[in-house]
Amino acid sequence: MSEKLLEARSITIQFGGLKAVDSLSFHINKGELIGLIGPNGSGKTTCFNMLTGVYQPTSGEVFFNGRVINGLRPYQISHLGMTRTFQNIRLFKELTVLENVLVGGCQQISYGLAAPVLHLKKFFEQEKKLTQRSLELLAIFDLEKKANDLASSLPYGEQRKLEIIRALATSPQLICLDEPAAGMNHHETHQLMETIAKIRKDFNLTVLLIEHDMKLVMGICERIIVLDHGVKIEEGNPVLIQNSQKVIEAYLGPEGIQ
Amino acid sequence: MKIPLLTLLGALVIGVGINFGTDAFIQLTLIYILINMILAMSLNLVNGFTGQFSLGHAGFMAVGAYSSGFLSTLIPPAEGPLQILYFLIYAGCGGLAAAIAGFLVGLPSLRLRGDYLAIVTLGFGEIIRVILLNTPSVGGARGMYGIKGPADWTLGEFTFSKFLFGYAHAIFWVIVCFIVIWRLMRSAHGRAFLSVREDEIAAEAMGINTTSAKVRAFVLSSFFAGIAGSIFAHYSNYLNPASFSFNRSVDAVIMVVLGGMGSLSGSLMAAAIITALPELLRPLQQMTGVDLRMVIYSLCLILLMILRPKGLMGNKELPSPWGWLKKKGAQHE
Ligand SMILES: Nc1ncnc2c1ncn2[C@@H]1O[C@H](COP(=O)(O)OP(=O)(O)OP(=O)(O)O)[C@@H](O)[C@H]1O
Ligand SMILES: [Mg+2]
Repeated sequence: MSEKLLEARSITIQFGGLKAVDSLSFHINKGELIGLIGPNGSGKTTCFNMLTGVYQPTSGEVFFNGRVINGLRPYQISHLGMTRTFQNIRLFKELTVLENVLVGGCQQISYGLAAPVLHLKKFFEQEKKLTQRSLELLAIFDLEKKANDLASSLPYGEQRKLEIIRALATSPQLICLDEPAAGMNHHETHQLMETIAKIRKDFNLTVLLIEHDMKLVMGICERIIVLDHGVKIEEGNPVLIQNSQKVIEAYLGPEGIQ
Repeated sequence: MKIPLLTLLGALVIGVGINFGTDAFIQLTLIYILINMILAMSLNLVNGFTGQFSLGHAGFMAVGAYSSGFLSTLIPPAEGPLQILYFLIYAGCGGLAAAIAGFLVGLPSLRLRGDYLAIVTLGFGEIIRVILLNTPSVGGARGMYGIKGPADWTLGEFTFSKFLFGYAHAIFWVIVCFIVIWRLMRSAHGRAFLSVREDEIAAEAMGINTTSAKVRAFVLSSFFAGIAGSIFAHYSNYLNPASFSFNRSVDAVIMVVLGGMGSLSGSLMAAAIITALPELLRPLQQMTGVDLRMVIYSLCLILLMILRPKGLMGNKELPSPWGWLKKKGAQHE
């Protein structure tokens, strides 16, 4: 039943003298929604970067579907079924909303160089299919009306949503969301979380979520991993995390408790 | 396939007009414009669409020019109308040689992010030039003579001139280059190029093999630079390493920037302007007796960069004349 989709075995990364993540071990089962929290600079984003191949761990291994993915390039990991969004939005700004999603769907394209140049039937068929699917994905967040707008012209909240859609277009098994609600107001955040819960069901997704809004994380995550200074200090269900002395200390400092 | 063929046909008809209406000097300038159009469009693929910075386009042009020129001394072209076939084959071989060079240069340097490509291509351009200077079998500094070019062919009353053959050959490749890049840019391949330009890290995360995308763009770009070199070689019948100096690479970059990074129609316009401007200014020099051409040329560039900092076209394209004609036609019915 609880099959491991992702497993990190004591991954460490060192930037000069700084161990940004230190012997971190955890796993995610298929279908779970896991929260990754911690104070600023505790190594959450760095952890994502190691999982998705942007950084190589100095030591330790990452397994995805039982296979070591250390040393693979990010695009290869994406092909295996792990994708992500970025904390500091990285859309293709000068491309349209639709084109952004089409890039995410690039794995559905199998034609070579000749098909588009000679306008072969294969080219039109695959493009049409991909465009249709991309528009369907855009409809999840009501963005299909803005399909032909430039990505940079979207308001901030919609840019975050577009990043999620673009990631979904890669047909992932595991999606890593890095503060998807950053900069959104309370109402928007609430809506976003409902949508995440919905797509998780519809697409049979496993989700790893970094988020600062505690109420939100406690509300939707089944299990939470807490990082502080690159070290895992606690792991467990929301109730356990809320009552953990170590977590309170990490967030408020030792004085905060008195 | 209808539109490209119609365009080619139209261009050929215009060519016949030019053949009879103008002198050899204008004809030569026109051929140079066509060559520069291919150079500018192909460089735009790398510098404009894929967001890399190549500074050695002259090097790839040289590889194409010399290999295709050399081939023509080994296997001379047939006479008469069949000669065009030979020139197409020479050009294909020149392009292929340049593409191989592009692969060898691009693979190691494009794996890295950043400005390595500019440095490596700059070095490559100079190395090629120095090698050619010091290779006696291609003439060294003296230059390479004996390259076979298009020749007149008389059929009854009518003479198909050297210009007509050269023009047909060049315009064919301009159209091929335009269509290949235009259509690729509207496919998944083009979107991969653009995503690399926009954000490499995000592109990788979306499953784009960014190294492969960059190398593909670079190799294709080198191929067409080689084609441009080949057309140049056969039309001039003579090659000299000095023709492929760093200046020519810079000229190509100027055309891309002036026309607009990521605009093919911009590249076409800029190639025409930059090639023709110094020639158009020639009468002025005769009138005043001072060579102000370079001054005016630079002033034009500066003005353009102030007035249109993103180039003539930015990353937009001109509307297709064919679409416009269709609309007109529909209105008449
Ligand atoms: N490429 C890098 N080189 C050097 N140090 C780095 C690098 N990337 C991250 N760090 C450092 O690693 C630490 C962890 O950073 P990280 O961005 O992972 O934190 P975070 O938990 O995501 O914080 P936030 O909540 O602010 O997003 C920080 O001290 C950061 O300065
Ligand atoms: Mg972060």
